[in-house]
Amino acid sequence: MTAPQTLDCKGLLCPLPVYKASQALNRLQPGQLLRVECTDPGSLADFPALARQRGDTLVSATEQGDVQVFVLKKGSE
Amino acid sequence: MAAQAKPRRRRLALVASRGSLDGAYPPLILAATAASLGWEVGIFFTFYGLDILHKKRHKRLKVAPIGNPAMPVAIPNLVGALPGMTAAATTMMRRWMKRANLPTIPQFLDMARESGARLFACSTTMGVMGIREQDLVVGADIAGAAAFLDFAAEADVSLFV
Repeated sequence: MTAPQTLDCKGLLCPLPVYKASQALNRLQPGQLLRVECTDPGSLADFPALARQRGDTLVSATEQGDVQVFVLKKGSE
Repeated sequence: MAAQAKPRRRRLALVASRGSLDGAYPPLILAATAASLGWEVGIFFTFYGLDILHKKRHKRLKVAPIGNPAMPVAIPNLVGALPGMTAAATTMMRRWMKRANLPTIPQFLDMARESGARLFACSTTMGVMGIREQDLVVGADIAGAAAFLDFAAEADVSLFV
């Protein structure tokens, strides 16, 4: 399995991390993974909501220092 | 087996009624977010809010320190009333927004259009304020309240911002 594509959203505030993640997910095939790195503290609440509303899966949400790392799996259309 | 009916997309209907720099951001941020969640979005730009769709004016939206107790740098009203204070506060806020990597109003409108958001331009406001169709950004739909309410009637979330 190839490593997931990574999206750097460090230094960006709402709505940009969610907006860019959504755009990147639109370009993926169902089942593919996207890794997103954020520093907006709101992201911890926003990414579960993004996954739920879009029908994707939030595989993991971790904090590495000041950076939040999310892994999303694109749902079926 | 019959094809499953595709679930209806959620829908956000916003009324944008403010034409200040600080007033223009909330509806555009909500619209960009809703579109990112896969929702349909429609915004009714009415009264001062129509300036957000005005090709020239939306690049020069201002924030006024007078009567605004929430400015991050406290500015007494008597000082805020002095000539140049609105321009100074606007410059300051634009600098903060740039530093925060927040898109500009025209950039937010591009994002809204790219995501298929409907931009309703209030025709009554155009008549009252003397704004012509050619003054508006590409993609603005001139409409009255009935057209917007028809869209909003099917909305899951409706907000006046």
